[in-house]
Amino acid sequence: MAIHAVGRSDAPAPSHNEPERNPGVPFDASWVEAVRVNRSAVERRIDSLGGRRTVKKDWQAAWLLKAVTCMDLTTLAGDDTPGRVQRLCAKAKHPIRRDLAEALGVAELNLTVGAVCVYHEMVETAVKALEGTNIPVAAVSTGFPAGLSPFKVRLAEIGESVAAGAREIDIVISRRHVLTGDWAALYDEVKAFREACGPAHLKAIIATGELGAADKVGKASMACMMAGADFIKTSTGMEGVNATLPVSLIMVRQIRDYLERTGWQVGFKPAGGIRAAKTALSYLTLMKEELGDAWLSPHLFRFGASALLGDIERQLEHFLTGRYSAAHRHPLG
Amino acid sequence: MTRVAEIFQTMEYGPAPESAEAVRAWLAKHEDGFGLFVGGDWVKATGGTLSALEPATGNPLARVGVATPKDVDRAVASARAAFPVWSKTSGHERAKVLYALARLIQKQSRFLAVLESLDNGKPIRETRDIDVPLVARHFYYHAGWAQLLDEELPGRKPLGVVGQIIPWNFPLLMLAWKIAPAIACGNTVVLKPAEHTSLSALYFAELCQEAGVPAGVINIVTGAGETGQAIVDHPDVAKIAFTGSTEVGKLIRARTAGSGKSLTMELGGKSPFIVLEDADLDSAAEGLVDAIWFNQGEVCCAGSRLLVEEGVADKLVAKLKARLGQFRVGDPLDKVIDMGALVAPVQKERVSALVDQSRSEGAEIWQPDIAMPTEGSFYPPTLITGVGTGNTAWCEEIFGPVLTVMSFRSVKEAVQLANNSRYGLAAAVWSQDINRALEIAAELKAGVVWVNTANQFDAAAPFGGYKESGFGREGGRAGLEAYLQSESLWTDDPAVLPPAKPNAGGAPVAGVIDRTPRNYIGGKQTRPDGGSTTEVYTADGRHAGRVGEGNRKDIRDAVEAAFAAESWSSSTAHNRAQILYYWAENLAVRAEEFEARLVAVAGGSPKQAAAGVARSIERLFAAAAWADKYESPALKVPSKQLAVTVHEPLGIIGIVCPDPQPLLSFVSLVAPAIAMGNRVVVIPSQRFPLLATDLYQVLETSDVPAGVINIVTGERDVLAKTLSEHDQVDALWYHGSVEGSRAAEAASVGNLKQTWVNGGRGRDWMGKGGERETMRRATQVKTIWVPYGS
Repeated sequence: MAIHAVGRSDAPAPSHNEPERNPGVPFDASWVEAVRVNRSAVERRIDSLGGRRTVKKDWQAAWLLKAVTCMDLTTLAGDDTPGRVQRLCAKAKHPIRRDLAEALGVAELNLTVGAVCVYHEMVETAVKALEGTNIPVAAVSTGFPAGLSPFKVRLAEIGESVAAGAREIDIVISRRHVLTGDWAALYDEVKAFREACGPAHLKAIIATGELGAADKVGKASMACMMAGADFIKTSTGMEGVNATLPVSLIMVRQIRDYLERTGWQVGFKPAGGIRAAKTALSYLTLMKEELGDAWLSPHLFRFGASALLGDIERQLEHFLTGRYSAAHRHPLG
Repeated sequence: MTRVAEIFQTMEYGPAPESAEAVRAWLAKHEDGFGLFVGGDWVKATGGTLSALEPATGNPLARVGVATPKDVDRAVASARAAFPVWSKTSGHERAKVLYALARLIQKQSRFLAVLESLDNGKPIRETRDIDVPLVARHFYYHAGWAQLLDEELPGRKPLGVVGQIIPWNFPLLMLAWKIAPAIACGNTVVLKPAEHTSLSALYFAELCQEAGVPAGVINIVTGAGETGQAIVDHPDVAKIAFTGSTEVGKLIRARTAGSGKSLTMELGGKSPFIVLEDADLDSAAEGLVDAIWFNQGEVCCAGSRLLVEEGVADKLVAKLKARLGQFRVGDPLDKVIDMGALVAPVQKERVSALVDQSRSEGAEIWQPDIAMPTEGSFYPPTLITGVGTGNTAWCEEIFGPVLTVMSFRSVKEAVQLANNSRYGLAAAVWSQDINRALEIAAELKAGVVWVNTANQFDAAAPFGGYKESGFGREGGRAGLEAYLQSESLWTDDPAVLPPAKPNAGGAPVAGVIDRTPRNYIGGKQTRPDGGSTTEVYTADGRHAGRVGEGNRKDIRDAVEAAFAAESWSSSTAHNRAQILYYWAENLAVRAEEFEARLVAVAGGSPKQAAAGVARSIERLFAAAAWADKYESPALKVPSKQLAVTVHEPLGIIGIVCPDPQPLLSFVSLVAPAIAMGNRVVVIPSQRFPLLATDLYQVLETSDVPAGVINIVTGERDVLAKTLSEHDQVDALWYHGSVEGSRAAEAASVGNLKQTWVNGGRGRDWMGKGGERETMRRATQVKTIWVPYGS
């Protein structure tokens, strides 16, 4: 097994270097068919994980800061305007109030969020607002969230967003390919999207809440990785059920399996419904335990979230002052 | 760099200890040592004290009283004094007491979790999330039984004073498993916690005072082996409920032989964990963590033998090693660990010695390179590969965090390897194919089978073992029955008639052609091995004929024939019922002949004989009727799974018949036994064996498959001893003398067969059939857990 990327799962410390991109592999149906998922057992693992691992005090603060750096700060609303996006980008550049960052001793790290995630129309605004930083702009694409616009249009949409400066493209897959078990069609679709992305990184949203069964989540994950996804992502945030820890466990185990088969590291992005700092810590724990420290880095792990940052800021202030904080004390994103 | 900034780079875990302040304050209050809880109050132990140590550090935690036989006597007397009132207290009143205990346990759950973790060394995660919630659940569930008992189990009575001896691995949970059903049924108890872990029981005693448990209903005496022995030996104790090692279980069996004490035992195990190639391997690896690295592997039902299908063996082992590489072992009160400390240095030495032994026998030992505490009784998670079926680590219960791995080629081989053990407590099967998983679940000889899960427990789900893992169940309706007695089947009539006084002058029985009966083994009439026969006489001493004089080799052959007839146990209940009906039909055809024979040989009037034959036919009908109706419902466990119990046959039952009613007693015992799927080796009435030997032809014409019923005539107690000592015989039902009953039980320790002895008493065979009781004795409960979700 060749290891192409830096930062193996057993590496002592998280890598801050960007791993080489997953180029994908030729479609092999047997890889998909080999996926076995026992839903009840997955849930039991998640139930016990919180009791096996926790972080308190300084560790909790540090882990929350890590969560901030892994955040795709997101706005995906019909009423988004340039002004709203500019404000979000300002927050992305300085997610932690300056005095808190200083008190925590991390001011000089100039922590930022992982990316800003918007619809295509807002890409240019965001790119401009983030000029001079290394924060990438991610565009949701391919007929997000349902993915049912004409295939050519979806491909073109990727091209437009990349041309507008998006460095990451969050595509949605055709759920019908999963529901009908047409893994080759899913593979072809994602592979075409990946080609359309060019240098931009592709995050494949598999919409776990709409796939019907746990093993389909695992199989869809595997097909997308074979097709060259840089990240696999749980949800659009628009499904009835979005990111949950059990579906995340199913997906990260497939990432591990793909790594073992190919040596390529693929990132993971849970999205939708992650609002509490405590939940963010559970996700980081999951990544550390199942994939290793390399996945505690924005190169391989992102949260898709809009409300999470506010809770993290409040928790960090509580850590420093011992008093519970209030939302209005932190700059609005 | 600040610490936060540093951790931001390393992303390590830090300590997250649970506070032990409240528990330490309570222990400080008792620094002069704990007393015994007797008669609702604290009394000083007369045997001095022993030191309770903290496994994680080796530091002393408390001083615990050592109860002498005199102290035990006092506790039993107090339980005995409380019994008349408590057993007649209404179910609702008893339910209120159990409910109060359940509520108090919940209210003090954090305290109990910390105390248990400190005293035993197990992780706070487990005491908080598993032990203590299960304890509360057990009291709630049995509060319900106390409430419903009169309605649901009418006519049952409590046994009296119950002696309960529990182990150190789940101190409070085992206390709950013992005390809740006992007092729900109206018994009073004397419980002894294990010497290493008495503290949660002592705190529980304080809760009993707070909950208003009447004085003497629950008595708790602390101490070591001698204290336990005093309970076992006490003549006023009606029942012993024991959880612990098979070794001690056998000692208890031997000491109580012939005492009339009822016995339930939950003993050791070497439980298989079977992984098929179509299993979710990541989940199976995590399932193994729950199976063998739960409670440091100090679990009687730990999945300590991994059987993995050869094609995925390397892959699963690699996944396990990766998982164990992430393992965290340390302070039990830390919330960032997977495993705590073994209970005591002596246990650590034992585990270590067994692993060394396995290595010296050629096994490969693997332990992860993880941080281990330098003090305390910690032992790393251990994986053993490269073993044969004779390796110590494969056969012996290690009771520590050690998993032994073996591969298999087919489902059939997996089952063979799984069942190739003296134990039969639990098993797990992992497969995404429900057909295959359930087939294996059916074939495993184990009291609990978990499909795609491990170590699931609930108060509603019976738990207990097959084979040398013990007998009796805890939890559910089956567990309740272990603390109740049915209306007695026994009478003051004799079971053994005095030997015949040969009346040489009397005329031989007329009109019977000498049939020279032999033994009936494997469906054939076989000559006795010794080549001798014994003369048998009629009730009034006339010559009745000769029967074979069976010896130990005949018993051996009969057991072998019964063993070979294994397919009877897996045949359908419908099929077994048909054969029993056919047997009844054929007996009816020859009723007159049997009536005449009864009159001629056993004496009595023709009317009595006719009634006896008619009742025998009725008993066959009853057994046939029950064959497909002795069943139990799906269990209502509080999680998303299908949990069901099935009544399975024990296997081979040795049946020793009494002298009176030589036909009816034979049929009343044999018919329910085979209706439930057992094969039997029967020693018929020593005095009147001809009624049994006359049945050979009836059995042959009734399509009873060869080997299902085997009959050896001869001297009752000599043959019974061989049967009781035979390790392939799963149960022995003995009807004979007082001394014979004692001897039969004493001889049963070899494989801990389940005994049912008459203690010299007789039975009104014409009266109650006792079918329910007989079927309960003829079966063992298997609980199968199948979680579901897509």
